[in-house]
Amino acid sequence: MQVVNTPIQENEKLNAKSDKVAREKPKTDPINGSHANVGETVGKPFAKHPKMTMRNVDVFYGDKQAIYDVSLDIGKHEVVAMIGPSGCGKSTFLRCLNRMNDTIDICKVKGEIKLEELDVYHPKQDVVPLRARVGMVFQKPNPFPKSIYDNVAYGPRIHGLFERKTDLDEIVENSLRRASLWEEVKDRLHSPGTGLSGGQQQRLCIARTIAVSPEVILMDEPCSALDPIATAKIEELIAELSKKFTIAIVTHSMQQAARVSHRTAYFHMGKLVEVNDTKRVFTNPQHKLTEAYITGRFG
Amino acid sequence: MTNSNGTLSTAEKVNKSLQKRYRAEKRFRAYGISAIAFGLLCLVVLFTDIISKGHSAFFQTYVKLDITFDPTEMGVDDPTDANQLATADYDSLIRNALKEQFPEASGRRDRRALYAVVSNGAAFTLREQLKENPQLLNQTVPMWMLADDDIDTYVKHRDDAQGDTFAGRISEKQMGWVDTLIDNNQVESRFNTTFFTSGDSREPEQAGILGALVGSLLTLVVTILLSFPIGVAAAVYLEEYAPQNKFTDFIEVNINNLAAVPSIIFGLLGLAIFIGFFEMQRSLPLVGGLVLTLMTLPTIIISSRAAIKAVPPSVRDAALGLGASKMQMVLHHVLPLAMPGMLTGAIIGFAQALGETAPLLMIGMVAFVVDIPGAITDPATALPVQIFLWSDSPERAFVERTSAAIMVLLAFLISMNTLAIWLRRRLERRW
Repeated sequence: MQVVNTPIQENEKLNAKSDKVAREKPKTDPINGSHANVGETVGKPFAKHPKMTMRNVDVFYGDKQAIYDVSLDIGKHEVVAMIGPSGCGKSTFLRCLNRMNDTIDICKVKGEIKLEELDVYHPKQDVVPLRARVGMVFQKPNPFPKSIYDNVAYGPRIHGLFERKTDLDEIVENSLRRASLWEEVKDRLHSPGTGLSGGQQQRLCIARTIAVSPEVILMDEPCSALDPIATAKIEELIAELSKKFTIAIVTHSMQQAARVSHRTAYFHMGKLVEVNDTKRVFTNPQHKLTEAYITGRFG
Repeated sequence: MTNSNGTLSTAEKVNKSLQKRYRAEKRFRAYGISAIAFGLLCLVVLFTDIISKGHSAFFQTYVKLDITFDPTEMGVDDPTDANQLATADYDSLIRNALKEQFPEASGRRDRRALYAVVSNGAAFTLREQLKENPQLLNQTVPMWMLADDDIDTYVKHRDDAQGDTFAGRISEKQMGWVDTLIDNNQVESRFNTTFFTSGDSREPEQAGILGALVGSLLTLVVTILLSFPIGVAAAVYLEEYAPQNKFTDFIEVNINNLAAVPSIIFGLLGLAIFIGFFEMQRSLPLVGGLVLTLMTLPTIIISSRAAIKAVPPSVRDAALGLGASKMQMVLHHVLPLAMPGMLTGAIIGFAQALGETAPLLMIGMVAFVVDIPGAITDPATALPVQIFLWSDSPERAFVERTSAAIMVLLAFLISMNTLAIWLRRRLERRW
């Protein structure tokens, strides 16, 4: 089993070259600048032991391009945070990783996205096994209007992950424990999941996701609808989960990115501007746009 | 208070306009209340009219006569022969009984008028009686006979017309006989079971609603079984699977247009296709059900699509995100959540179908059907068509039966809706 921090240290050498590229700063005002000013991604977009690799990804909504030539790795057991102003394409990008964008007819994805050796966008790739390996937690807690038990059991049921009822009970209990919800709900497993508080609902959604034992968990602003206490709980949970899962999280809160992630990717107008160790991004950003964003000059 | 410029402050302006706003608010509410009051008034008028006209149809006048089961009169020489008893002349027994009681009716016309006091269906009751109790032969027993509809009408309205007694179609002499019968306590009003147990008849006193009720039920069963699954399947495909393009837009426009097509057009379509092309028989509940299916489909598709649209996308995302296939997403999550809404739409569609007359006229369900249909391939008529037929009949007794049939139709409708609402509640309870 790998230690959590190693991939980041190993990434240093790999990304050394792209660090130099970053020195060529754009000349015009970056804040009001167009795509031309963003230039190449600076920092360390690549990981030594990548779980997911994205190369030259372009995403189009009809004629409109939403993502421009993004290349990024997510390392094993790494938490990568994606930040950026509204409409910068970070959620769109995240939803490419388990092909949730397939539900939008006009959405077209170009480039290469791989989950280890699996080509995510291969025409013959079925989304069902893919999504079983890449789970997702959404912005708004969205438990099914069913019991807590059935919510967690749904994934194992549709994928046939158990043979006996007791096995399922075990999966449900373990998942709820790992989502640190078990103690709160163990006496009312059969009451509706929609009756829980917002924070509990979101943890239920996390439990539901990990019940399928995915390898990667995508989180799309998982705390934006929650109060600070619930947020703190989810953040603790993310740290805990990263021991077992690879996590990509989109967030609006820079503090959250700073607290939970190992690496942070800054998106701007559909381009990946800078990726680096989280500490470095927040203390010593290389790109002017990143600096402008984290110092609160726009967002 | 005014400020230095002599103009009003904002607060004062607001206060000034407040009274006006209150009045507008009150008027606005009054519009709503008066709209509801108008609706209720219409409903009350409608119900009062129907019930006041129709309630008497639930009662039927019977006349008590001393019947002598005389084998020679009946033309029976072997009382053990069931066939002879079945075809015997029971009418003459009733005639004799009437003649005996009113010997003064001597002429041919008087006699005929006298015999018309009792329904010509009364003989069948005698036959049934004798079949059950063969020992009645050669005996004289008092029997209650179904009165003719004109006599029934006269008896029912004898008391409420002051001064000028309502005679209807009966003559002075008949009136006298009936009055005598009433004075002798030989006339009785009973609950009209015939109305609920028989099919249509040319004689109002023998006419019943059951045939039409069963016909409506069978037609509706065909409609429900076909239109709900087809409508839901179409709605699911259009909402969840169909790509957004010109072709689906075209389909959508056409479905919306079909919902507005007059129902008689669907009747013509059914006539041309089911009866003309597929050579099905006329007057069948099966054909009626098919036609009404065509008619209700657009309503069900449109409401089902709305219900499916109303299912929050987050639920779909959740299911898909866990790796559910599209079908699993639809079957496990979308349909259960949309079901109450789809049922609401379906109820409207079926209620419309139940009350529909025009398309059924086109496919021959307007025929005079006496037998009660036992299957969807037996000729039948439907409740609204029966109402239409009776309302067209000249006999006064059919007027009250028309209103009574309307009451039966409304009761059917209300119980059907209640069932559907109960079903919807049950489904909704599954949060």
